[in-house]
Amino acid sequence: MTAMLTAVPAVVRDTSGAEAVLFWILGPLMVLAALGLLFAKKAVHAALGVAFVMVALGVFYLAQDADFLGVIQVFVYTGAVMMLFLFVLMLVGIDSSDSLVETIKGQRWAGLLLALALGALLVAGVGSVTFGRAQGLDEANADGNVMGVAAKIFSQYVWTFEVTSALLITAALGAMVLAHRERLGKRRTQRDLSVLRFRKGENVAGLPAPGVFARHNAVDTPALLPDGTPSALSVSRVLRARQQVRPADQFGTDVARVEDDVEQGGRR
Amino acid sequence: MNLDNYIYLSCILFGIGTATVLVRRNAIVVFMGIELMLNAANLAFVTFARMQGTLDGQVVALFVMLVAAAEVVVGLAIIMSIFRARRSASVDDANLLRL
Repeated sequence: MTAMLTAVPAVVRDTSGAEAVLFWILGPLMVLAALGLLFAKKAVHAALGVAFVMVALGVFYLAQDADFLGVIQVFVYTGAVMMLFLFVLMLVGIDSSDSLVETIKGQRWAGLLLALALGALLVAGVGSVTFGRAQGLDEANADGNVMGVAAKIFSQYVWTFEVTSALLITAALGAMVLAHRERLGKRRTQRDLSVLRFRKGENVAGLPAPGVFARHNAVDTPALLPDGTPSALSVSRVLRARQQVRPADQFGTDVARVEDDVEQGGRR
Repeated sequence: MNLDNYIYLSCILFGIGTATVLVRRNAIVVFMGIELMLNAANLAFVTFARMQGTLDGQVVALFVMLVAAAEVVVGLAIIMSIFRARRSASVDDANLLRL
């Protein structure tokens, strides 16, 4: 520790020029992406920003002679953790949790101010320390980075490593328990549903299927009743709520277009 | 370039992560802020390992990653079960330690 903190004359501890270029290009981009996490309205955009930061960190690890960590960073964070985040975002969907109403008055500005103060404190603290001349990892990585890290993990840190396995198993079990939902009743079979429909006496033959026409058989196309009006029952209620149902009066123009195409094809 | 720059970058990222945790209200975004803080610490560990010339910093960073992965799994499962019970992923809505 003392060796690290002793003041050294102002030596230029230059890394290679390529690494400096990499740092000054990726570093600002990383900060921008991280600010995206702070300011993006949509959670998905925030997740993309974080994913970029994770990949860039992996590149930095590779540049800093930490080959193993760099690869693991991309695998674990970008590949697994961020995808897990995106899965949960899809499951949870968009809700009002990002509304602008503050529960505690002035919390937003106080939070920003505190975080800014913390960042300034950290930067000032690091700035006031003189780090010793960087040793470089050439000696430690003599047998390759993976061998060096493995030698550490399986000798000095082997107990930590073993404990980690217990942690991971506990976490997996905990996630399964938390995400598990007990089925309250018996699963209803097709027969049960049919009996229920007959009991109720409505839609006895099941709900109408979506419309199948010459050009459209997608689920957003409502079936037409005998009098030409679209049947609301034939379209998913989610699509109706989002107003993504195709209006029935457009079918007429479609028919005209099909007839036009047929005519032109004949002429060709 | 000086190696200190990596440490400064990690301080900035840590600050942004803290701000996210304090300001944002979507539980998932708050969680991503925590991940950002952990990653900033990892960058500092890797840089210190290079400064010191030993691989201990890298090993510690690896363990931080493992713990973060376990934490994400449990945390997201908790967010899911809270969302299932309350139909909301806002950190301000959940004010009782029960579903």
